[in-house]
Amino acid sequence: MAGFHPATDTTPEAASPRRTRLGLWLFATYLALYSGFMALNAVAPERMEQTPWAGVNVAILYGMGLIFAAFVLAIMYEALCRRIDRQDREPGGDA
Amino acid sequence: MIYEPSALAVAVFLLFVGVTLAISFRLGAQAKSSQGYFAAGGGIPWFVNGIAFAGDYLSAASFLGICGMIAFYGYDGFLYSIGYLAGWIVALFVIAEPIRRLGKYTFADALDSRFNSRAIRLSAALSTLVVSLFYLIPQMVGAGALVKPLLGLPHWAGVSIVGAVVVLIVVTAGMASTTYVQFLKGSLLVLFSVWLTVLILQRGLAVDERYRASVGNPFAVQQTLRVTADGQRLVNGLPQGKGPGQADFFPVGHVSKLPDGKLETGPLGPIAFLRTLQQSEVVLWSSATTTELDGSRLTTYSQRAVPGSEILRPGNSPTFKGVRSDKLQDKLNFLSLMLALFCGTASLPHILIRYYTVKDQAAARKSTVVGIGSIGFFYILTLYLGLGAMTSGAIDVTNSNMAAPLLARSMGELLFAMISAIAFTTVLGTVSGLIVASSGAVAHDLAESFVREPLTDHEKIRIAKLAAVVVGVVAMALGILFEKMNVNFLVGWAFSVAASANLPSLVMLLFWKGTTRQGITAAILAGMVSSLAWILLSEDTFKDVYGLPPEQAWAPFSQPGIVTIPLGFLTVVVVSLLTRPPKREADTD
Repeated sequence: MAGFHPATDTTPEAASPRRTRLGLWLFATYLALYSGFMALNAVAPERMEQTPWAGVNVAILYGMGLIFAAFVLAIMYEALCRRIDRQDREPGGDA
Repeated sequence: MIYEPSALAVAVFLLFVGVTLAISFRLGAQAKSSQGYFAAGGGIPWFVNGIAFAGDYLSAASFLGICGMIAFYGYDGFLYSIGYLAGWIVALFVIAEPIRRLGKYTFADALDSRFNSRAIRLSAALSTLVVSLFYLIPQMVGAGALVKPLLGLPHWAGVSIVGAVVVLIVVTAGMASTTYVQFLKGSLLVLFSVWLTVLILQRGLAVDERYRASVGNPFAVQQTLRVTADGQRLVNGLPQGKGPGQADFFPVGHVSKLPDGKLETGPLGPIAFLRTLQQSEVVLWSSATTTELDGSRLTTYSQRAVPGSEILRPGNSPTFKGVRSDKLQDKLNFLSLMLALFCGTASLPHILIRYYTVKDQAAARKSTVVGIGSIGFFYILTLYLGLGAMTSGAIDVTNSNMAAPLLARSMGELLFAMISAIAFTTVLGTVSGLIVASSGAVAHDLAESFVREPLTDHEKIRIAKLAAVVVGVVAMALGILFEKMNVNFLVGWAFSVAASANLPSLVMLLFWKGTTRQGITAAILAGMVSSLAWILLSEDTFKDVYGLPPEQAWAPFSQPGIVTIPLGFLTVVVVSLLTRPPKREADTD
């Protein structure tokens, strides 16, 4: 169990704007994917019934794709943020 | 349907409650300060916090509501899974790090970080209470739905048991016990859902013999429930019961045709399961209720054979009928709900306060990634759980919320006991998070706004505990009142209110330096009042809550998000521009 010690934030503050920019880019990417899903449902719902791969329809493929995409983007974000933080901590790194 | 209580389920349930309370009492001694009580001292490891995110978020709505909706209507329940998960993208990429940096105990801390404004604290606290209460109702309804088959007790007893246990958890150790209860629940929920999914795939799909016996006239098969003016329940014309001269609903949910005339498939892989169902035919049940001249209410449940290709497409349920409708209002209703789900997650007070339980921004980010992984994985499983329930022959035609536990019962008594107990713990975990958020808002934001001197730690914790008891009692009362509503549907409303009231001010505070305290306060109030008013004047509320004809509703469609979320953003911008401090004008000059 965790002990309750005073929390100290060691996240490099100088790199915060770069992490924010990265987050906004990835957010925009996912927003485009999600908007496409909503638009396809609203405008051309019959497209969702087509079965382009393995006998599984677009509704399921796109829906599961969105869930996987969220995870992949989240992992990417974490990896890139760690790199940004590492660069920031290195002597002469971005500040 | 009348359920037989299971002694094994009762034993597992009591074990879970015992473990939960033991965790709470063990951690209670360590949560004597405000920091310990409201934020678990900021000392929760990021991985534990990530799984606790799943435990907090995967509520009765996710587990019972989505599975039930998929089991009754097909793909539409999965739309909720997609929307709920997408909301985490906003939380991770936009909110996680800044809220950890700016806040301390509550969501109002972050909003008020630049202003020290009593109005912001009051409005944010009010919004926290409203959203939490909206979210608490479906959790309590879920608890009542579960306790019937588990303990053989009535709905109100389930609601009261959950309420009492949760209040005890929160009062003993606040956020610390809540976190570990949620961690336990999140882990168990994902693990047992995997187990259940494996069993569904192992079982495969099979044509039900009972359906084949009635194949001559399958569409005539109905079940009826008449509730007389004096409250007597008649099933198919006989008093409801298991004895002689009585009748009860029979369990439903079966495949009527498989591809190539097969009678069973044997074990199937995850893709093959979906492909086979796409080419099969399944019998679904719909209901219609009429009021008779003698004052009794007659509900007729009728079966209908539906092609799998139709089941696996969106737009079959009343909630998402807009997808296949030609009316603009129906389309807007669909888009509005999907927008609210996307924007709602990062606006839920009980999710936001979990960012304060880790040590820093990096830990907040990492725990969100763990949360997205575990929550996303669970949501993929919901599709199999729902479709498995739909074809399990075990569904209660009168109660969609029971689909998942009854699916488990069709696999064996032990699994039923485990799944029911986990579902119960699911409710405990989410409700305790909501009550911590509410009590924090009362003690840290409301109470401190009304007294001149800062409260001591001891006073603040005492107020928080008292608030936890009051919110718990109110939630119990509402859970009893809203017994018949689909839990997922109610959560959709909570998301709309949260997204309309909280997200605009939070996002604008983070990304626009021109945001003023008046702008934030106005946006919270405008978003909250407009979304609440819209919901209260909507077709669904007229029909399901007031019992009035839906055509009398004032709101053009049921889901407010597409109007009230932009309204929140507009309000913060306009009011901020109107209330810019004079210093800025001087600078410009």
